[in-house]
Amino acid sequence: MPDPMADATPDPIPDDRQLFDYVLRLADNGVVLAQRLGEWVGRGPALEEDIALTNVGLDLLGQGRMWLAYAHEVETRYAPPGRGEDDLAFLRDGGEFLSLLLVEQPNGNYADTMARQFLFDQWHVLLLGALSGSKDERIAAIAAKARKEVRYHVERSADWVVRLGDGTDLSHRRMQDAIDALWMYTGEMFAVDAIERDLGAAGIAADAASLREPWRSSVAAVLAEATLAMPVDGWMQGMNGRGGKQGVHTEHFGHMLAEMQIVARSHPGAQW
Amino acid sequence: MNAVVPQVAGAEAAIWRALGSVVDPEIPSISIVELGIVRSVEAEADGWVVSITPTYSGCPATRVIEADIRSALAEIAPARVRIVTRLAPAWTTDWIAPEARRRLREAGIAPPRYGSTDTAVPVRVLHGAAAGRGPGGGIACPRCGSLRTTLVAQFGSTACKAQYRCADCLEPFDYFKPY
Repeated sequence: MPDPMADATPDPIPDDRQLFDYVLRLADNGVVLAQRLGEWVGRGPALEEDIALTNVGLDLLGQGRMWLAYAHEVETRYAPPGRGEDDLAFLRDGGEFLSLLLVEQPNGNYADTMARQFLFDQWHVLLLGALSGSKDERIAAIAAKARKEVRYHVERSADWVVRLGDGTDLSHRRMQDAIDALWMYTGEMFAVDAIERDLGAAGIAADAASLREPWRSSVAAVLAEATLAMPVDGWMQGMNGRGGKQGVHTEHFGHMLAEMQIVARSHPGAQW
Repeated sequence: MNAVVPQVAGAEAAIWRALGSVVDPEIPSISIVELGIVRSVEAEADGWVVSITPTYSGCPATRVIEADIRSALAEIAPARVRIVTRLAPAWTTDWIAPEARRRLREAGIAPPRYGSTDTAVPVRVLHGAAAGRGPGGGIACPRCGSLRTTLVAQFGSTACKAQYRCADCLEPFDYFKPY
């Protein structure tokens, strides 16, 4: 049997459709997580936390908009006039969103929200660092800028993992439960499919698989400081090309999207 | 006007002066020129190009600033002016002018440290004083100058600021975070 990994043919030149999908993945992670964080507005456990969650969400939404604006330009190249920022955010159905399964997970309690943030932030800062060197100048520029913001996100979410993990018996248990429950959604962050492989070969996409070890060591250090146990890798959701990055989402996604899109869909073309 | 405005004459100088009158709506004590938002003013065939760069990605002030630039320029009515957004190199707080840092302090905001950050990867920045927080964190109180200050929250009234508290004068204050 031939080695399936052997390179028989040269890598194909990635086309704009692949680039569009890849940029949408970056955009949708920001838009979806910002929406989740926005659900906390007015309900934060303290005023400072309410403000901080909103500010992190605002950063992610701003980054999402920069990615969506680029996605629009890419789509315009092969399907003019392309869909604008608002159309992409508010008029796509669930199966067209390409965000990670991790970011759509419900807010739960504060430990759930901060664990989700922490696992994502640690990956996000590494991804943006890698993308800062992308051969696609626009991707490199947005990534370099976004990374400056995400450095603060990861500092804060890591602090919360430590604070709750190394806190009371109750907060420790809740944070451990949250990390354990979310762990099965972390594998997808490092799963490379055909789009990422082709764009990666062209120097455009980051090699997500190479982020896994640095991510694991950063996460392990924080969990150790938080007196939490690092979960053992088991079944991972969204692998083998059947995850959020390919538009296959968990049951939570549609409910979130309904709330996010209802105003735009109820009042088509409205300006605000 | 101020040190960051290039020494130029004529229409270009008038444009810089007009831009120097536009302030950040969230930090009205300093202008967008002093903040480093205006990257260049250049002549083109039939007018001028003003290049600006956004600060925080999600900063709600960005659109207000752009509108304010348009109206400030409309007042001096130069030839056609095009405003373009430039993403790279990304804005950094190191571009904030020294004079503006003094005025930030007068407005009760501790100015950002220099050395914005691009190179180091402080993923999981250490806990406590080592990360520039807690007693001895090194952020001086803008009111009394004391170094006995404590971080209260990494995000303050806006995404660009953190909340601190001074242990000597007991006042809370904003710290403009390095970016």
